[in-house]
Amino acid sequence: MSENSLPLGSSIDLTSSHGHTFLEALHEWVVTVDHKRLGILYILYGLFFLLVGGAEAVAIRIQLAVPKNQLISAQVYNRIFTMHGTTMVFLVGMTIIFGFANYLVPLQIGARDMAFPRLNAFSFWLTAFGGMLLYYSFIGGGGLYGFGNAPDVGWFAYAPLTARAFSPGHATDYWALALIVTGFGTLGTAINIIATVFSMRCKGMTMMRLPLFSWLMLVDSGLTLVTITPLTAAQIMLLVDRYLGGHFFDTQAGGSAVVWMHFFWIFGHPEVYVLVLPAFAIANEVIPVFSRKAIFGYPAMVAASVGIAFISLSVWAHHMFTVGMTSFSNAFFVLSTELVGIPTGIKIFNWLATIWGGKIRFATPMLFCLAFLFQFLIAGLTGIMLSIAPWNWQLHNSYFVIAHFHYVLVGAIVFCIFAGIYYWYPKATGRLLNDRLGKWHFWLFLIGFHVTFDTMHFLGILGMPRSIYTYEPDRGWDTLNLVTSLGGIIQAIAVLIFAFNLVWSYFHGEAAGNDPWDAWTLEWDTASPPPLYNFARDPVVRSRRPLWDLKHPEDPDWEYEG
Amino acid sequence: MSAASGLPADYQGEWRLPSRGRVAMFALITGESAIFTIFVVAYVFYIGKSLSGPTPRQVLEAPIFATLCLLSSSFTIWRAERAISRNRISAFALWLGATICLGLIFLGGTAIEWHKLINVDGLTISTNLFGTTYYSLVGLHATHVVIGLLMLTTVFLFSLTRRVGKQHAEKIAVLSMYWHFVDAVWVVVFTVVYIIGR
Amino acid sequence: MHPMATVSVSLCSPLLLRVPRGVLWIAAIGQQAVPSTLAPASTPAHEIKTLALFTLSITGAIFFVVGGLLTYAIIKYRGKDTDRLSEPPQIYGSTQIELAWTVIPILIVIVLFLTTARLIFAIQDAPEPDSALEVTVTGHQFWWEFRYPKLGIDTANELHVPLSNEQAPIPTYLALLSADVDHSFWVPQLAGKTDLIPNHPNASWINPLRPGLYLGQCAQFCGAQHALMLLRVYVDTPDQFSVWVKNQQQPAIQDPRAEAGRRVFETEACMNCHTIKGTVATGRFGPDLTHLMSRETLGAGAAPNTVQNVREWIKDPGDFKSGCLMPAMQLSDQQIDQLTDYLSTLR
Repeated sequence: MSENSLPLGSSIDLTSSHGHTFLEALHEWVVTVDHKRLGILYILYGLFFLLVGGAEAVAIRIQLAVPKNQLISAQVYNRIFTMHGTTMVFLVGMTIIFGFANYLVPLQIGARDMAFPRLNAFSFWLTAFGGMLLYYSFIGGGGLYGFGNAPDVGWFAYAPLTARAFSPGHATDYWALALIVTGFGTLGTAINIIATVFSMRCKGMTMMRLPLFSWLMLVDSGLTLVTITPLTAAQIMLLVDRYLGGHFFDTQAGGSAVVWMHFFWIFGHPEVYVLVLPAFAIANEVIPVFSRKAIFGYPAMVAASVGIAFISLSVWAHHMFTVGMTSFSNAFFVLSTELVGIPTGIKIFNWLATIWGGKIRFATPMLFCLAFLFQFLIAGLTGIMLSIAPWNWQLHNSYFVIAHFHYVLVGAIVFCIFAGIYYWYPKATGRLLNDRLGKWHFWLFLIGFHVTFDTMHFLGILGMPRSIYTYEPDRGWDTLNLVTSLGGIIQAIAVLIFAFNLVWSYFHGEAAGNDPWDAWTLEWDTASPPPLYNFARDPVVRSRRPLWDLKHPEDPDWEYEG
Repeated sequence: MSAASGLPADYQGEWRLPSRGRVAMFALITGESAIFTIFVVAYVFYIGKSLSGPTPRQVLEAPIFATLCLLSSSFTIWRAERAISRNRISAFALWLGATICLGLIFLGGTAIEWHKLINVDGLTISTNLFGTTYYSLVGLHATHVVIGLLMLTTVFLFSLTRRVGKQHAEKIAVLSMYWHFVDAVWVVVFTVVYIIGR
Repeated sequence: MHPMATVSVSLCSPLLLRVPRGVLWIAAIGQQAVPSTLAPASTPAHEIKTLALFTLSITGAIFFVVGGLLTYAIIKYRGKDTDRLSEPPQIYGSTQIELAWTVIPILIVIVLFLTTARLIFAIQDAPEPDSALEVTVTGHQFWWEFRYPKLGIDTANELHVPLSNEQAPIPTYLALLSADVDHSFWVPQLAGKTDLIPNHPNASWINPLRPGLYLGQCAQFCGAQHALMLLRVYVDTPDQFSVWVKNQQQPAIQDPRAEAGRRVFETEACMNCHTIKGTVATGRFGPDLTHLMSRETLGAGAAPNTVQNVREWIKDPGDFKSGCLMPAMQLSDQQIDQLTDYLSTLR
């Protein structure tokens, strides 16, 4: 086993016995280039904004709990829902998933750090600053009353609503600038992950022996390169329009509002795959370990993930079925969208086959992953429904769409993030999260999630559009909205329990040891938390599950892998 | 103790991994290509759609000389790469200096062209769709040239003070990947703006 | 058909501002229908519902099969605590199984795609018959302009269309334009939604087969009061429709008792934004008011159309719809009274 007796570099010991004052410890964290600390910074940043974005969601749901509610004015509501979406996608989703990648990829491939540690730190702080800039908008110009200049054009910021003529203040500028900045940070991290996976693998770890988490983060980073950049380009164009008198999206000068939509969704659709691939990545680690079986069909899983990434680049206009494209174009995007469902479905079948014949352990990470499987199945199926263009003409921009994408973003991604945190928190801190609180978290969140988002589908079917601060009574939407809102409160309680667990377990959790879950990938072959240098000696591997080989010398994986 | 006993049979020899600098630069180029693609698509889409103002045919003259200079700089930087890999620092500095000069000439050509377009033809970024898309696309490329020149000049200055040696050959190779990319983008931009768009 | 219930309550009362306006609504407006996509009353909506149910049956079947297998696996293969010592057999994959569960989804995709494509072409490329009524819809922040070019009618927010039938259809074809930002025309019971995008004319059609009032609203976020850009579509029987058309084609009623109000309308800024046919008011920025009192709501559904609400609206539209583009005109009470008297003659 690895040498963990050396005292130096226990990664997150703020109260370490080295004689550090609090300021010295804080300084260490600010100047760190260690991938583990940066990973934790990313995740803490993301979890903080999860609470902020969650508060915004609760405000939305309280306003919509009854019709013609006057709790929140139209203008303020429009800022809140815009910020909720923007926060959750960019400041929660992107940060947490790259946080996980940052922490785990070097450990899983047997390296000591990322390929470019200083770029790593720079990218994090860029992203962090971008988020601060976005939230400064609440107090910039006009102060907090009316919520200042927070963006109010929807997270999708359609032109020409974002033109100077229709959005005269600085709200749109905060949106564009903050996301350009976070975009550069994201790009830096994506490049770093790609370079790390290709160039820093330990001896014997061929590409087809990479743990699936690292494989998928590689694919995800590659996808990010061609996903975030179209948004950056479009936002630059928007700023050219707003400040240099440009006409990219100026319909009065012959510009096209539809071009914005194309550019935005050329970013926006692959973006949701950027967000979901890491969820798959986490599931690919948790499900096998808690089924006590190797993942079924490793090569197929790799191929499916790569396939999803490529096909996802061709489906974007399924967000634009109502825009007036030709029937031929509409039909094309129906087909491409349905096609991306195939490799996605394959992954679900492979997970099912992994569980099949196993010995399932219902630890908290596994509970979240099992719920993920059902919820992702449903999310995929409602996605197929939405891909049926004529049906989309009814469901587009309705609460059915909101239900669908929250099923993916919360039901799949957030559930897997929770699974990943319960799974790897012991590695990062040396302590297990409290199991009782974990179960409470799981069941409350599960119930709240379904109460809210199952109900929401029906609101869409009954004709309720999205982005509205209030609705008419007696359209049959009253009770459904109230129920939806109640589910939100339940989820909020669950998340607060989780936040408490994170803090409580750091001080009082049960000691974890190197390998509390009896797992098989390299990160479990070093101390919890790992020393600064990760591994005392560079690992050498011979299969996809190096620790399985070590634990089962009579039946090692490398005798079966092709 | 390592995580598995015994080396895999096929890796008894050297464990070869690609250079992280090259991989990273390749990734950066991929992302940058996506940004340029969006600007090119916007340019092409808006060809002929301006409601008023000067048209490309009326005001654009293909900057042949500047283009030749920029494309030649790919050759000179390649020679610089070769020089440093053979530890010939003076030759390296010479070829690098030539690259920078050619890049500066290109930028000078752009500046002259823009001066004429703005002051003689009255074409600015806000004049019409052509103006917006032209200045944005060519300007984005020029910005990348500037960034490249800043990096090349930094290396050049270091080479003058004898701080650059053969051990930096790999980093120079990565830098010149970027420069080649900037040239390749210009080929596309030139074709779209001065050939197809006119 | 058009209840003119008068609700004489002052909406300026602070107490009443806290009463959800819903209560007043129920009192003021007649019965409202749930705008359900599953209660179609027009051909495109019918066809979409059929395709939707077909798709749902396929996705439902997939859910039950896959979900069932998952449930079964979770129950059957749950580990027992005594099991910790041995690992189950490690299965790494199976090419045959992978092929099987790739081929079956491909077949499902083909079936879904073909049925979908057929309906896309049927709806989008349906040729317009001569009998069709043509309406030009222009979206504004935050109201709907409806012009019937062949009938010389110009109205707002409440669309009247003739009832169609299966033997000799009289569909209504909508040309969809925008005066400012993106909007979307959505009346779920009549058809799928189509966006109104500036500089990008779109078209849509409905073929209503049941008379009645159908509700909808703007379905593309268009700014502050997107939520109150409501739609009311009245599918009229042939008699009702011709009565409505004849009335709408008339210029404004010239009631001599409202002369003072008309004077105010023309001298204050009202005529800059609004048209009243037969007068000098020809503004196009706001809705045509020639037959204002023939409509059931004000402000694209922001309030029931009552004399009192007209008065309150003129005083400060922001009371009903803050962020709407009509400013409070800072008129004196007398001017507002006169205006209200005048506008309430515009039937």
